[in-house]
Amino acid sequence: MRCTIAAATAALFLSLPAAAEVTVSVHYLAVERELPPTLSNLDPRPERLGLDGAAVALDDNATTGRFMGQTYTLSETVVPLGDDVVEAARAALAETPLLVVDGPTEALLAIADLPEADGALIFNATEGDVALRGDACRANVLHTIPSTAMRTDALAQFLVKKRWDDLPLIAGAHPQDMAYASALERSLTKFGLSVGDRKDWVFDADMRRNASQEVPLFTQDLGDYDALLVADELGDFGRYILYNTWEARPIAGSEGLSAVTWAPVVEQWGAVQLQNRFEEAAGREMAPEDYGAWAAVRAIGEAVTRTNSADPAVLRDFLLSDGFELAGFKGRPLTFRAWNGQLRQPIPLVHPRALVALAPLEGFLHQRTELDTLGIDEPESTCTAFN
Amino acid sequence: MMLRASLLALCAALPAAADEIWVSNEKDDTISVIDVETLEVVRTIDVGERPRGITFSKDYSVLYVCASDDDSVQVIDPETGRVLHDLPSGEDPEQFVLAPDDRHLYIANEDDAITTVVDTESRTVVAQIDVGIEPEGMAISPDGKVAITTSETTNMAHWIDTESQKLFANTLVDSRPRHAEFVKEGSEMWVSSEIGGTITVFDAATQAEKSKIDFEVQGVHPDRVQPVGFEFTAGDTHAFVALGPSNHVAVVNAETYEVEDYILVGRRVWHMDFNRDRSLLFTTNGVSGDVTVIDVAKREAIKTIKVGRFPWGAAFRPTN
Repeated sequence: MRCTIAAATAALFLSLPAAAEVTVSVHYLAVERELPPTLSNLDPRPERLGLDGAAVALDDNATTGRFMGQTYTLSETVVPLGDDVVEAARAALAETPLLVVDGPTEALLAIADLPEADGALIFNATEGDVALRGDACRANVLHTIPSTAMRTDALAQFLVKKRWDDLPLIAGAHPQDMAYASALERSLTKFGLSVGDRKDWVFDADMRRNASQEVPLFTQDLGDYDALLVADELGDFGRYILYNTWEARPIAGSEGLSAVTWAPVVEQWGAVQLQNRFEEAAGREMAPEDYGAWAAVRAIGEAVTRTNSADPAVLRDFLLSDGFELAGFKGRPLTFRAWNGQLRQPIPLVHPRALVALAPLEGFLHQRTELDTLGIDEPESTCTAFN
Repeated sequence: MMLRASLLALCAALPAAADEIWVSNEKDDTISVIDVETLEVVRTIDVGERPRGITFSKDYSVLYVCASDDDSVQVIDPETGRVLHDLPSGEDPEQFVLAPDDRHLYIANEDDAITTVVDTESRTVVAQIDVGIEPEGMAISPDGKVAITTSETTNMAHWIDTESQKLFANTLVDSRPRHAEFVKEGSEMWVSSEIGGTITVFDAATQAEKSKIDFEVQGVHPDRVQPVGFEFTAGDTHAFVALGPSNHVAVVNAETYEVEDYILVGRRVWHMDFNRDRSLLFTTNGVSGDVTVIDVAKREAIKTIKVGRFPWGAAFRPTN
């Protein structure tokens, strides 16, 4: 499925005298992932998850472009399950070297390693896999979605601050749950905590009917603890843990208090404007994937505005330089880490009704910027592609 | 009768006693009125939803309030505190500036990427001008010929010719421009950039960048030093600049563009106004829900006044 959704016109408005005409084409490549069924149907996956964020950012860019003599276009490809990702990526790269990708690690690497992608600038808008910022990093891939490690570090800071240190974990069986559980363990260790008793979620019953009977028993042998961690990244069973535990304790992780890229409850720092713009355009609330895609397309726009170029090498150099900063509605400028291409950003800690805190929390210090207390820091980075 | 007469006599004897600072409380839908002599809140007035920008007419007979979530500008009688009528304002009005003619309001419509020009007498929209995403800062030159809108996501100052109501220049500034002012009899135009952490000074005649002011607050990471509102002392010699979540106000020498002082105030300081002789400055501190009073000569905070939730704008009102 291919289509072009927006193009700005430059001629209607006066532009800066020095600005030459620049046309910027961005291609959004969505690779469908296999999604296992979940117990509840309460949260269907929006059809244009991610894409809607890119479209809003394109409008933002186009408005600036009107005044600058810069024109933006966004085209998109959705690769259905089982279809050839590489073929779709080749076609996209033949069109433009600026790619925003919503896809799993394997797909991202396959695209980034294509000969055609040499010199291209690819944005990972949705995949939190830590490996992509480490051993498997690529010089032509920047990450606008936080790594899973950034999110779990944010949560760990909160647990430290609360002095909750007895922390059992219930983990699901999907690879995403395992990855999240590992990231949690790493983060807790990083901040001087550790995961207590670990239980794997093995039930296959329909929890909508009997969670209140099964979860108390399931959590009874955990004894006393401070907070219960849940690794359920697909939203399968976690929602049934709350208020059903044997001991009345807070829940954190994939459920309860969650560290997320973005959430509808983020309203400070001008965020309500972005939320309004998004909801008006998409007819739904803005999700983390939308934010990752929005930030990618806005980062491109900001780099084009400041460099007046659409050359991927020029844009990449600028994005990784001190000159770049993105106003990302998170209270401080967002910049890219020069050692692995990750967009530095605060991480909201939320429950469904409100923002609880914004990490990095006060008191977690860093010699460069407190934002680097979240995720893989330079000394521990195994990424060599950016050297 | 006796009591009334003596009260009247008292008021007559202390003519300046009742000068006021009006503060809009964004999340309380109220305005707190501060007596500049007693430094206490003397009145709280209910207004429309999410009041942000506030300004008085030139003769202080009416107050204009951006009631952002009501999509209107309210016109309020400052004596009674009652809403006289609403003005059409376009969607989500955030800030505005009243033209020197005391008649036209230039309003930033934050959600619509539009600047709306409203005639306050005929109560009609006379122009709407397309600007960048999230327009916010508004200024107008002393001769009324040039209006400015800054757009927070487009990162520009848009220069509007008020005769044709068209843009004649667009100048890039650092990220998230929040506030604009013409100074030195309109020869310079200043724009603060919240996320960029700078103030850009333009030569108003050529729209060329003349200087850029950086801020550095000891013990605060540069990311959190975020200039928003600013106002000038008598003669435009110094600017007081609110630095948002760094909780400081900077004092900038407007000739050398150098920062001379930083004053600790309440949390997330955004906007401000002076009393009549500009000896006192009142800053709105959103997160701490209060107003800091600064002694301008001593460059010291002398008092904190509790107001409503998330105070946003401030406007001075003389009472005689």
